[in-house]
Amino acid sequence: MAMDIAEELLKGNRLALSRAITAIENEYDNATEIMQKLYPHTGHAFVLGITGPPGAGKSTLTDKLARAYRDQGKTVGIIAIDPTSPFTGGAILGDRIRMNGLTMDEGVFIRSMGTRGSLGGLSHKTADAVKAMDAFGKDVIFVETVGVGQSEVDIVKAADTTMVVLIPGMGDDIQAIKAGILEIGDVFTINKADHDGADKLVREMNMMLDLDGVMKEWRPPIQKVIANQNEGIKETIENVENHFKYISENGILAQRRTERTKNEMLDVLNSNIGKYITNKLVATGELDEFVEKIKAHETDPYTVVAKVMKDMLK
Amino acid sequence: MDKPIRVLVAKPGLDGHDRGAKVVARALRDAGFEVIYTGLRQTPEQIAEAALQEDVNVVAMSILSGAHPHLFPKVVNLIRAQGQEDVLIIGGGVIPESDIPALKEAGIAEVFTPGTPTSAIVDFINANLK
Repeated sequence: MAMDIAEELLKGNRLALSRAITAIENEYDNATEIMQKLYPHTGHAFVLGITGPPGAGKSTLTDKLARAYRDQGKTVGIIAIDPTSPFTGGAILGDRIRMNGLTMDEGVFIRSMGTRGSLGGLSHKTADAVKAMDAFGKDVIFVETVGVGQSEVDIVKAADTTMVVLIPGMGDDIQAIKAGILEIGDVFTINKADHDGADKLVREMNMMLDLDGVMKEWRPPIQKVIANQNEGIKETIENVENHFKYISENGILAQRRTERTKNEMLDVLNSNIGKYITNKLVATGELDEFVEKIKAHETDPYTVVAKVMKDMLK
Repeated sequence: MDKPIRVLVAKPGLDGHDRGAKVVARALRDAGFEVIYTGLRQTPEQIAEAALQEDVNVVAMSILSGAHPHLFPKVVNLIRAQGQEDVLIIGGGVIPESDIPALKEAGIAEVFTPGTPTSAIVDFINANLK
């Protein structure tokens, strides 16, 4: 179909939004042009990251939080990420199962993405997909990560507020002082709070936060939730809103967005330069020559790269 | 791993059995496709909307209840009406041979009945995507 995707997206065409995200994900030739046209229209949405271990109830919680925002009259975009198999490249993206009630709500747009080999639990195309939804006019954009372990903390780079969802019975308290996802939570949610051990987990989390040394100005709140019964949702939204208010008022939001803009710009730069040089080396056949020489120990990768950089980037 | 084919596996109607759909979903995943599975009891409208939001290349539906003559064509019409002309729409489940010509006439590209090896579905998708 010959439609101007960016133009149609900005007019509110949902299929255009969908196609824009596909172009971004698949790195189609027109993706750069689409992003150039959309960029001036971005920067209005609030981006909420939802992360936590597999089975914590992130999708169910996202569903309930999205409904709560809809009740406030806000429009919602949801990007739900599931893991891609490193062996086949295939994926089962099943987060929509928990959100079926939102499908027919015109104020909600849900898109499932596979990680497609990116590390950090967050597909590296996610940031651009967020921008597409932002330009489309969504007020709140959820980024629901794959079930993360302990060091997949990329989400902080894409979100304004990061919510970490935990459930009782995942392990002893030493888990709580390990570095990683527990350090990135602006807001903590203990889901399945009707299960044994919820209070113990809250205590342990509080102890962990006490150990954070000098009390930070923002102490992440911990909210017990039973998502599938809609319990604790209102309080969770309040926690998120308080956090956003806090970072807006004391300059942290501006600082985070500056940092994000810098990272995005460097990502685009590094990826484009890398592609440019790789394509050239492949086209001229130099790549294979270098590989043979390095294999024969006539030279080494560091010398080769230094030479390539000198030749190409003068 | 460039540009994986995206497939929506959907269960329209009221029957509560999705073992077949799950087996197919798993086989498609193992073939390197991105499979979006939306669970049981979907209306045609929900399926079409999910196909739009997910920008899928294929919609694969499974029905065991006998409602296919009504529901399959309805999904085809909704998906075409929203501008997704190229989406390949296939069906499967307990479907009498005698119903198949009418379903194909209505825009279902192929119908897979019980006993079909999952590889036949993968091959059909690979051969028929524009």
